[in-house]
Amino acid sequence: MRFRPAIAVLAVLAILGLLIFGLLTKGSSGVAVGEVAPASPLPHLEGGGNGSLADYRGRWVLVNFWASWCIPCREEAPALEDFQRRHGSGAFTVLGIDSRDLSGDGKDFVDRYGLSYPQLRDGDGATAHDFGTTGVPENFLIDPNGKVRLLLRGPVTEEYLSDQVAPLLPGSDS
Amino acid sequence: MRSRGSATVALLSLALLVAVSPSAAAPVERTSLSEVSAEVMCPVCGTLLELAESPQALREKAFVSRLVAAGRTKEQIKDALVAEYGDEVLALPQGSGFSLSAYLVPIVAFVVALVALLLGVLKWRRAGNERMPERGDAAAGPSDEDAERLDADLARYDL
Repeated sequence: MRFRPAIAVLAVLAILGLLIFGLLTKGSSGVAVGEVAPASPLPHLEGGGNGSLADYRGRWVLVNFWASWCIPCREEAPALEDFQRRHGSGAFTVLGIDSRDLSGDGKDFVDRYGLSYPQLRDGDGATAHDFGTTGVPENFLIDPNGKVRLLLRGPVTEEYLSDQVAPLLPGSDS
Repeated sequence: MRSRGSATVALLSLALLVAVSPSAAAPVERTSLSEVSAEVMCPVCGTLLELAESPQALREKAFVSRLVAAGRTKEQIKDALVAEYGDEVLALPQGSGFSLSAYLVPIVAFVVALVALLLGVLKWRRAGNERMPERGDAAAGPSDEDAERLDADLARYDL
């Protein structure tokens, strides 16, 4: 009979443990402007090992989450490629992250739009989740210290890139 | 004569080998898009693939259809989907690691509930037995005092 309170306490602790585990694993995540961006390693879309946002520490990086099935991603791809050609250097790059997409479809997308900037693959969407994305496309400008400086939940346009992103990059007049 | 006998033995051995070999015993396991899509998820939609019609789901269905046409088995196709989208593409949890708890927890909960029910029934019966009056007391009938009170009550309600 004296075991009964102990069993009840154990049952309550087990339920609380499950709740806490659920909150820790499925709880809200994401980064806000001013916070350090996640930099977990991801495979390169074209194969050949892993890459990470940490590889670009010391440079400005425009992280672009996309997927081949996403129509707005198709619309923003030419603007991103054009911006990369004009501003890509040792101080800046666009970094594409193909999220929840088939690798073959992702490679076809890169070929079709002639994207020259580096591409990583986030098949299970874990990195997109860590960034707190709500869909694709989403764009995060990361400064040389790895902190988020701009966040755009949606496709970039040429105007956004020239008005918001370009002025922050080294060598800009403003 | 001896060589003909050896050839017969060799042929019979070969026939037996073919008959019991796994490839002959197990027919090729064919699958279909509907069969696979009932067991995997559309990762973007968060629903079963068979219920999803989003652009991502259509790409995933096309991928499955290509593998079905190439003669892959259901397990091979599911493995290919896991390689593309990770474990969460599977609608049913895997039977290993932490996912195993999805199968074990209901069984353990059922056993615990069964044991608790049995203990409860045993306790209830024991408590009932303790409260029951002994047969001798019941056969002896009510005491004089109770009998008088019973008569008085009956008289009061006599219509």
